[in-house]
Amino acid sequence: MLAPLEDLQLVESLRRRDEAAFVALVDRYSSSLTRLALTFVQTAAVADDVVQETWLAVLEGIDRFESRASVKTWIFSILANIARTRAVREARMLPFSSLAAERDGEAVDADRFVPEGQPWAGHWESAPRSWARLPEERLAARETMSKVAAAIVALPASQREVITLRDVEGWSPKEVCNVLEISETNQRVLLHRARTKVRRALDEYLHDE
Amino acid sequence: MTNSDFSPLLDLTCRELVEIVTDYLEGALPADERARFEQHLLACPGCTSYVAQMRETIRIAGRLREKDVPVLARERLLDAFREWSRA
Repeated sequence: MLAPLEDLQLVESLRRRDEAAFVALVDRYSSSLTRLALTFVQTAAVADDVVQETWLAVLEGIDRFESRASVKTWIFSILANIARTRAVREARMLPFSSLAAERDGEAVDADRFVPEGQPWAGHWESAPRSWARLPEERLAARETMSKVAAAIVALPASQREVITLRDVEGWSPKEVCNVLEISETNQRVLLHRARTKVRRALDEYLHDE
Repeated sequence: MTNSDFSPLLDLTCRELVEIVTDYLEGALPADERARFEQHLLACPGCTSYVAQMRETIRIAGRLREKDVPVLARERLLDAFREWSRA
């Protein structure tokens, strides 16, 4: 967990109404909070509102917050709750078609493997093309990153939340489970589906020439 | 050649491997399954590429963190703080 001791000191100072401590907490977490908010809601303006509301809830709750818990988990849980409520409200105003069904297939299309009943069933018929031969600039390119970002945006919400916290923010599985209130197994399943689709999108993009 | 020459590939097919790659990367596989997974990789360039692509995907996703997010309007928040601290 990120500097928990320092977080707790900031909380202590905040309880004494120390403005510098509040600014320090806001500066430390607002970017990550905004990124998480954007996995729930559609626009930067709404995400900004959600983050503002989160900080107000932190102030409201700080005197009752028990220091045994993780400050980070607490703040992000507040955000997830507020953002979810906002997302539900927003979804009612969206055209029906944009509510993509959470449909999930296999990690790789079945026709990439030798069919059942033949020798070597289940082995690659068309093996993945290695990315190692691509020039490093290609993988580092802004456009490649944009493809990954777009693939994440296109995921069903629950998968998007998990991959954003795990792979973009670099959180531990435990932290993600706590904030999103899911089991470790569920967390891993959602992460697997998310990573699988992002890898596939990236592979299609990198070999599309 | 007999099948046993290829046991690492028969114990676990490529199709099965791609479905447990996250469990492997997360360290969630039991020891025997982990060993089977690694033996398969030793014998299979296709799956080796697949796992490398997964790691690369994770690495690129991590770099999205460097991307700027809109800066929070702090003024409104500080006004709220001052009001709260006076209450």
